[in-house]
Amino acid sequence: MAIKSLEDLRKIKAQANQDTEARHNNETQIIIGMGTCGIAAGARNVMTAVLEELQKRNLHNVAVLQTGCIGMCQKEPLLDVVRPGEDRVTYGPVTPTDVPRIIAEHLVNGNVVEDLVVAKISNKA
Amino acid sequence: MALVRAHVLICTGTGCTASGAKNVLARFEDELKAKSLDKEVSLVETGCHGFCEGGPLVIIYPEGTFYTRVQPEDVAEIVETHLLKGRIVERLLYKVPLSEEEVPTYEEIPFYKKQHRLVLKNCGHINPDSLEEYIGADGYEGLAKVLLEMTPQQVVEEMKKTGLRGRGGGGFPTGMKWMFCAASPGPKKYVICNADEGDPGAFMDRSLLEGDPHAILEGMAICGYAIGADEGYIYCRAEYPLAIRRLKGAIAQAEEAGLLGENILGTGFNFTLHIKEGAGAFVCGEETALMASIEGKRGMPRPRPPFPAVKGLWEKPSNINNVETFANIPYIFRVGAEKYAELGTEKSKGTKVFALTGKINNTGLAEVPMGITMREIIFEIGGGIIDNKKFKAVQIGGPSGGCLPDSLLDTAIDYDSLIAAGAMMGSGGLVVMDETTCMVDVAKFFLNFTQAESCGKCTPCREGTKRMLEMLTAITEGRGEKGDIEKLEKLAVSIRAGALCALGQTAPNPILSTLRYFRDEYEAHIFDKKCPAGVCTALLDYTITDGCKGCGLCKKVCPVDAISGELKGLHNIDQSKCIKCGACQEKCPFKAIVRA
Ligand SMILES: Cc1cc2nc3c(=O)[nH]c(=O)nc-3n(C[C@H](O)[C@H](O)[C@H](O)COP(=O)(O)O)c2cc1C
Ligand code: SF4
Repeated sequence: MAIKSLEDLRKIKAQANQDTEARHNNETQIIIGMGTCGIAAGARNVMTAVLEELQKRNLHNVAVLQTGCIGMCQKEPLLDVVRPGEDRVTYGPVTPTDVPRIIAEHLVNGNVVEDLVVAKISNKA
Repeated sequence: MALVRAHVLICTGTGCTASGAKNVLARFEDELKAKSLDKEVSLVETGCHGFCEGGPLVIIYPEGTFYTRVQPEDVAEIVETHLLKGRIVERLLYKVPLSEEEVPTYEEIPFYKKQHRLVLKNCGHINPDSLEEYIGADGYEGLAKVLLEMTPQQVVEEMKKTGLRGRGGGGFPTGMKWMFCAASPGPKKYVICNADEGDPGAFMDRSLLEGDPHAILEGMAICGYAIGADEGYIYCRAEYPLAIRRLKGAIAQAEEAGLLGENILGTGFNFTLHIKEGAGAFVCGEETALMASIEGKRGMPRPRPPFPAVKGLWEKPSNINNVETFANIPYIFRVGAEKYAELGTEKSKGTKVFALTGKINNTGLAEVPMGITMREIIFEIGGGIIDNKKFKAVQIGGPSGGCLPDSLLDTAIDYDSLIAAGAMMGSGGLVVMDETTCMVDVAKFFLNFTQAESCGKCTPCREGTKRMLEMLTAITEGRGEKGDIEKLEKLAVSIRAGALCALGQTAPNPILSTLRYFRDEYEAHIFDKKCPAGVCTALLDYTITDGCKGCGLCKKVCPVDAISGELKGLHNIDQSKCIKCGACQEKCPFKAIVRA
């Protein structure tokens, strides 16, 4: 890696920022229910699918978080999508095959995937 | 390949390594593999956060959870509960002393809240072994800007505008220093970084070298361009093996990337760096002694002028600055002198890193804007005095600094106000003392250090510190006489005036400042043969009170048979035999033995 110009330096900076983006404050979030119920229902595979899909689509600045049991165990695995300034939407039960659709339609394009929705939480509350 | 969703930052600085961070790191590696999380969670070693007391420290992102005192046996729980299930392991969070309130993230901890981390920004937050992470944190942008857009003269002018003063102790304006060296004629000049850090208790330079080594290299390269030097030395004490390792790694990376070496960024500017390991003599931190040491000569100061800017290393014009001084430079050239100078006071700009130690709740590194008061540092950042004891004094500026009493707690800290108060900024050591500290003993402690570290070249320092130490020893042992205080004062003033280097010139400071603010304690030692704080053993008596039941345990434990008495009768200590070891007091089941 030889840095010969300001552009070279900027390129490395951009790459480094991608590599460390989990450490930044990302307002766009995917939150997966990882309580015992969620894991029993297959949340680990959903998590893997999310991480692979994000990588495949080269999506950045999305925080992938987990949460515990929220009392809707029959709907697990649960997956929430949070976009800045919009309602938090909970989907469930989510299978790994649903993941690309949720990411493409909601996370990227902002259209809620209504047939999988369990709940919406207003972010104005 | 899957996205990395979480980062586990483990501090492997010297402090956290000493408290077991390497074992914690190894356990994380094992546990993440065992749970098949090693692809989606990355482990990052970082430098020091300056909160070593809470170590080993672990920060987990994206949440930014700050775990303290993490032991290897805690790792499985963190991996299972936090990294797998997303729940915070509350028992490992930092707890505010007294209120026991748990604090989840780093920014909310009172110790960090009042700080202004500009120089320490990257420490603990990037992997110091990664050039890419440094660049990701705006690294080498300052150098690029300087080389591509500015002339050396403009760099010097910009430095003068910042008002930055040297962080190594003297507080000399850095821009002026660069200007003098830039004005010295000659094709060969040197940049030297003083990483000797000899002040006992100070570790800000070590933390910077370990946690953000590229910042020092960048600062030095900018200086080289400004003064017209193509070569530099980092003089680092050999007791800092991790700092040296990280520096070597950083230099190699920067050379490979073309950020050091020849034709940097295609501009034709060349700059190479070497590391010189010092053996750790305090006096080798003095700039002329340091340069003699690099040349392979005995590390002794020489008279100035000629100043290093005219005749320095190998007789060539040289510019020497402290580690923390250089660490300010990349930031300055990223944001510009004007923005930099917004921070601080009229005559002291920017921030200063202090090493907080002593009888204080939060010890560690605190970076604060100049002009903050001592009270804010000690009571807000430092969290006050341990066990709610009474504050007595703060020793500031290392062995050549002074002790300030509570009446000066509201002094705004800058170079000039500290000198006026009889202390000095020094390297930024802050030792907080409570009511159980004897100020004569403190003065003796620091004098013991300077006396032992005196290089012996000039008489005022070599003989004078010895005499002063003898007098202080006599006073603390009850052999003080009328007239001693005056003699001490006279001696102190002549050493200050006559010594060749600042080691000798400042050695009397601890005595003069304690005499100025705590004279009554000296008088109590000399005239009443008492140590008001109850520290100087020779001035204390152990006596047996009426509470004695005559059990005879004290008699058995006394190593010099100073105790006599019949079984079930009141015992007595023969003061002429007693060596004040305190063994009897510890043993007495009835707390009938007192020390006064
Ligand atoms: C006895 C003695 C020890 C010193 N030790 C150090 C030291 O460990 N680190 C340091 O940076 N400066 C030390 N100095 C100050 C240096 O001589 C010099 O002033 C300083 O490195 C200049 O850098 P600055 O202008 O960036 O502060 C010491 C001075 C004396 C007299
Ligand atoms: S003042 Fe002390 S340390 Fe400095 S040159 Fe003289 S003897 Fe050596």
